[in-house]
Amino acid sequence: MNGFLTLLYKELLRFWKVGFQTLFAPILSTLLYLLIFSHVLEEQARVSPSVTYTVFLIPGLVMMAMLQNAFANSSSSLIQSTVSGNHIFMLLSPLSYQEIFTAYVLASVVRGLIVGLGIYVVAVVFFEPPLYSLAWIIAFALMGTALLGALGIIAGIWAEKFEHLAALQNFAILPLTFLSGVFYTISSLPSFWRGLSYLNPFFYMVDGFRYGFFHSSDVSPYLSLGILMVCFLAVSWWTLRMLKAGYKIRK
Amino acid sequence: MNTAIEVRQVHKHFGALHALNNIDLEISTGEFFALLGPNGAGKTTLINIIAGLTLASSGSVRVMGHDVIAEYREARRMLGVVPQELVFDPFFTVRETLVFQSGYFGIKKNNRWIDEIIHHLDLSDKADTNMRSLSGGMKRRVLVAQALVHKPPVIILDEPTAGVDVELRQSLWRFIKQLNHNGHTIVLTTHYLEEAEALCNRVAMLKNGSIIVLDNVRNLISNIAGYRIRLQLSPDTIPVALQPLTISHDQGYYVLAIEEYFQLENVMAVLRSTQTQVLELQILQPDLEEVFVKIMHGAENLEFVSV
Ligand SMILES: Nc1ncnc2c1ncn2[C@@H]1O[C@H](COP(=O)(O)OP(=O)(O)OP(=O)(O)O)[C@@H](O)[C@H]1O
Ligand SMILES: [Mg+2]
Repeated sequence: MNGFLTLLYKELLRFWKVGFQTLFAPILSTLLYLLIFSHVLEEQARVSPSVTYTVFLIPGLVMMAMLQNAFANSSSSLIQSTVSGNHIFMLLSPLSYQEIFTAYVLASVVRGLIVGLGIYVVAVVFFEPPLYSLAWIIAFALMGTALLGALGIIAGIWAEKFEHLAALQNFAILPLTFLSGVFYTISSLPSFWRGLSYLNPFFYMVDGFRYGFFHSSDVSPYLSLGILMVCFLAVSWWTLRMLKAGYKIRK
Repeated sequence: MNTAIEVRQVHKHFGALHALNNIDLEISTGEFFALLGPNGAGKTTLINIIAGLTLASSGSVRVMGHDVIAEYREARRMLGVVPQELVFDPFFTVRETLVFQSGYFGIKKNNRWIDEIIHHLDLSDKADTNMRSLSGGMKRRVLVAQALVHKPPVIILDEPTAGVDVELRQSLWRFIKQLNHNGHTIVLTTHYLEEAEALCNRVAMLKNGSIIVLDNVRNLISNIAGYRIRLQLSPDTIPVALQPLTISHDQGYYVLAIEEYFQLENVMAVLRSTQTQVLELQILQPDLEEVFVKIMHGAENLEFVSV
């Protein structure tokens, strides 16, 4: 194995070894959301004649769980090793900063996908959501988790304590995912709030992902994917620059 | 001889603190080199800059001819570092830790060498134990093992024997000496000066971020330490003329300091002229610790400031 594959394998092993916490727990809690919301709201709401609220909810919740876990993976792995100091073993090795970046992002993507798939499989059994295009679904799943994996690297490096990370998660990642249209279509919002939603990159992830299931969306999936790609490139560029300069980790 | 480590005009600032001040240092391949200095002198900072763990504020560093920033991949392959802090990854066992570290360096089948290091560092019993459950001294041994997985030609050990028991200390030094004998360049820091004296050819002494002495261990001891003589006298009083040389008087023994052997004659002459009888006389061998203390205290008015 070369250095890059070793680091990737180690990052995968890290969450796999504690899979109860990192995979099973988020799958379970998302399914609970689904159960409760569908029970309470199934009667009142119908998104379209053919789509019940529960079925509408599934892609959004799957995406939300994938994003949160992708972010949690890279950020918590990095902060654990910088706080305990064992990140130096990676820094002492000839691994390039591009390899470090790619390994952390990929591990985040894999964890996000496993969690997403876990939720989806259960949801299919009980609620039989439609599936329009696997290609779009995969494209948005990859794009979303990769973007959040990269953001997690920035957060993990920037944060000096676990509280910093918790604050970021509670005051940035969580509200942005909640307000991205996981629980509603933004066409149902007043125009001011709709306008604001267009500024939220998480909205495009959820909207495009949902398109893969229902063949309908608030904005064109091409536009959403394009916007996400631009975001991903920008975040990656920034992350790579931080890693290259040794921001905080090679002071 | 080739240069293993080359440090050129390195400065390091931490905010207002000037942690390293214009460090120039060249260590040849095959040397056994000690970096000495009191707490906070800047030893670890210098090591971290050589290892690429810390970026210098200015100046440049090469390891086996490779710039540690521009050619970091080559430079890091050449270097093994045992960090001062006891850091470890609590997710893995000793063997897993070593296998992953080899993997980072792109080494595929390294089991034979890993077994050998485990054996030499007396970790065989603990190879499959989780890092979390090791004692401090054992964690330190794993750090040494980790630095060696890729057989680096240059090895830096930052206080490798802190918290390590006597037995391991000896077997560790035997192992390191063997590596040095096989051509590896060794740089170490330690606060046990007798270790440095026994093992090293050359030392650099740091104080407040500057190298104040850089010399061969033998030269340093013979040039700086001076000698001590221990006397038992009858009657048990030191003549007035010898009082300036007296360092201590304890349980009937006087210890005097002299710079050169010929001064011994003067001492004897004074004793004879005052009819003091010498019951016992010993010349004490000077050691590195004495040199260290003398240099650290007198650093301000040292005339042979670094080379
Ligand atoms: N990350 C840092 N930020 C700010 N100051 C630092 C940092 N690292 C080291 N220093 C300061 O730089 C100086 C040199 O520290 P260094 O750790 O290099 O000393 P040392 O010679 O290794 O000491 P010791 O023998 O205690 O290990 C100290 O005053 C220390 O407080
Ligand atoms: Mg130190």
